[in-house]
Amino acid sequence: MALLQISEPGQTPDPHQRRIAVGIDLGTTHSLVAVVRHAMPECLPDEQGRVILPSAVRYLEGGGRQIGHAAIDTQAEDPENTIVSVKRFMGRGLADVHGHEKLPYRFVDAPGMLSLETRDGVKSPVEVSAEILAALRQRAEDSFDTDEQFGAVITVPAYFDEAQRQATKDAAQLARLNVLRLINEPTAAAIAYGLENGSEGLYAVYDLGGGTFDISLLRLARGVFEVVATGGDSALGGDDFDRALADWALAEAGREVRSAQDKRAVLVAARAAKEALSDAPQATLRGVIDGQPLEVPVTREQFEALTRCLLDRTVTAVKRVLRDAKVARDEVQGVVMVGGSTRMPAVQAAVGEFFGRAPLTNLNPDEVVALGAAIQANQLAGNAPDGELLLLDVIPLSLGIETMGGLVERIIERNTTIPTAQAQDFTTFKDGQTAMALHVVQGERELVADCRSLARFELRGIPPMAAGAARIRVSFQVDADGLLSVSAKEQTSGVQAAIVVKPSYGLSDEQIAGMLREGFSHAEDDMRLRALRESRVEAERMLLATRSALAVDGDLLSAEEQTAIDVLMRDVEAAMRGDSHGAIDAAVEALAKGTEAFAAERMNRGIRQALAGRRVDQV
Amino acid sequence: MRLDDDDFTLFGLPQRFAQQRSDIDARWKALQAEVHPDRFAADGAAAQRVAMQWAVRVNEAYQRLKDPLKRAAALCALHGQRIDAHDNTAMPPAFLMQQMEWREALDEAHDAAAVETLAEQVTQRRRAMLAELQILIDERADWVSAAQEVRALMFIERFADGVDARLHALES
Repeated sequence: MALLQISEPGQTPDPHQRRIAVGIDLGTTHSLVAVVRHAMPECLPDEQGRVILPSAVRYLEGGGRQIGHAAIDTQAEDPENTIVSVKRFMGRGLADVHGHEKLPYRFVDAPGMLSLETRDGVKSPVEVSAEILAALRQRAEDSFDTDEQFGAVITVPAYFDEAQRQATKDAAQLARLNVLRLINEPTAAAIAYGLENGSEGLYAVYDLGGGTFDISLLRLARGVFEVVATGGDSALGGDDFDRALADWALAEAGREVRSAQDKRAVLVAARAAKEALSDAPQATLRGVIDGQPLEVPVTREQFEALTRCLLDRTVTAVKRVLRDAKVARDEVQGVVMVGGSTRMPAVQAAVGEFFGRAPLTNLNPDEVVALGAAIQANQLAGNAPDGELLLLDVIPLSLGIETMGGLVERIIERNTTIPTAQAQDFTTFKDGQTAMALHVVQGERELVADCRSLARFELRGIPPMAAGAARIRVSFQVDADGLLSVSAKEQTSGVQAAIVVKPSYGLSDEQIAGMLREGFSHAEDDMRLRALRESRVEAERMLLATRSALAVDGDLLSAEEQTAIDVLMRDVEAAMRGDSHGAIDAAVEALAKGTEAFAAERMNRGIRQALAGRRVDQV
Repeated sequence: MRLDDDDFTLFGLPQRFAQQRSDIDARWKALQAEVHPDRFAADGAAAQRVAMQWAVRVNEAYQRLKDPLKRAAALCALHGQRIDAHDNTAMPPAFLMQQMEWREALDEAHDAAAVETLAEQVTQRRRAMLAELQILIDERADWVSAAQEVRALMFIERFADGVDARLHALES
């Protein structure tokens, strides 16, 4: 049993033991999990040998679930309880979802994120996504005959905003995945593509998936993947092409759909016809609605005319990204196509025409994102010791704060490389004002009402002063996952307030804890053991990291400092012998805090050596 | 090497206005290769926090160094001439006249071609002023005049943003 594999105190686990880290592409239509084995990334298949898991969850009578192919096969029979394309609802309110009335679900609107009513109760999109992630986690565990995975890199559309990213991270937490990093889908694709082809220079990644569109410009140079600019539309994808075709076919046939079954049936028929049109000049949209057959012949020309406006929206986004990057279209050396929707001939033709060169389609557009994520996961897990891979990604949308008159003061501009921090000073506008409300927003528009509201918090306890005398420094920090934290400090008095931005309508930590308690068929005992095991693994990892740091850079420490760290390490070892995961976590945190200065010193040495090395190179 | 070193020292670059963009880019990537949090993913929370601080600091310096105007402002500040654009808005009348003419031209431009003509003028002017800035800083070390030139260029950049926004609106 894996639980017993934790080594006894004093007995070091093999430091060269490979840690398992997977890459997960959580897509609108399909999801995949990949891992690096034998130095090559590969997608993991299910028992039937299929690597694609359709992103579909069906809630059954009696609390059971069907996930993936089984759910897709029955979606037209049970559409209200079979959730597909749930990614379009992540971090979104009902008003954000265009055409929701044509979808067969019973929506429950809530401030911020909508929910879906199923026969198993009301489900948040986060819970539905967690079911898909848990299925992929299970697949990975089965492939490796272990449940001691080190972690996962999960991909998100580059154009996902804060709320959508946070919702994705919440889903991963709910699925009990240790998230090493969220990375952007086009960046992941560029990794897989660049490493496969040894490419250098400026590349565009055009990623049209089932529900999202991303365009990213990347500069590739010797293992460095630098995102220069990114743009897109997080509500534009193959689903919209299906809907346009379905609406047209219904109008042609003079038919209407009312029931949930019929709504789903016509979308399924449209998708099949769309896919057929990628290989043939004409096809027939075939389905059964109202118990009567629906048959509408359609040519590729008709389909392309119907969907031209969707394609034009992608080209507009491409132009804007080039302008943001201050790059002319002929400077782009190659265009990588990602996402199943790029199989449509009209998409390839439009992209080829715009850039004046044929797009690159030599990697499977369904798999390339998961493969790139696996490469990055392997690197983050420390399995690629001389890995040269470095990702320098950007935030897709500007972040700012509401000022007087409902205007937005931008603090961090879009396309700023992350991690990043920016601060700006504000002041009070009333005499004796002792509190200030801060409203954090995301978007490019001037008015708060046109941007997405992320969070509100208050700075209280400002000493009474004349209007304009207080100096309130608001600091924004975006971490390597693209997630934001904000703090505010009154400079003269030192009063401060801070929040990790959980979008106003995201899930609270309590809600997640609650979902974790009730969900996923984990008995309570099982969960306690699991928490204990995870804490022990983390403690072991921390001890290992500290020991190897001491072995390399121990000379940076005085004898006293060395002793203090030794004591903290012994505390961790002692806690590991007990069975309280809380005590282990506390000891690990104490060790982390106690080694912070040492870590800083090591980092300084690393940088000095790096700079010194470069100077020598230049001589 | 310390977190509070100035941008030039951090990047190992000479303290001057004229820089090769390719040098700045190469040093940025080399520094990030050492300090990025991804490099320390397996090293525990303490290393992650420190790496984050460093990566943020390196990105901050990069933003300033790569942008000629921000770079000039940083040099002025290092030599005791803070830019303080919010308080120092006094500009020579001739400069302000031209700004007003441009703004009128932008208001009256109703097609992309007219806006592009204006954009080209702005680009030319900006280029000339940056050349002047280089002389003021690298040859004359005249920090007072350089700071004034930086403030004027900030007006021009803001106007250029307005021109870009108009172009964007016309195209989409």
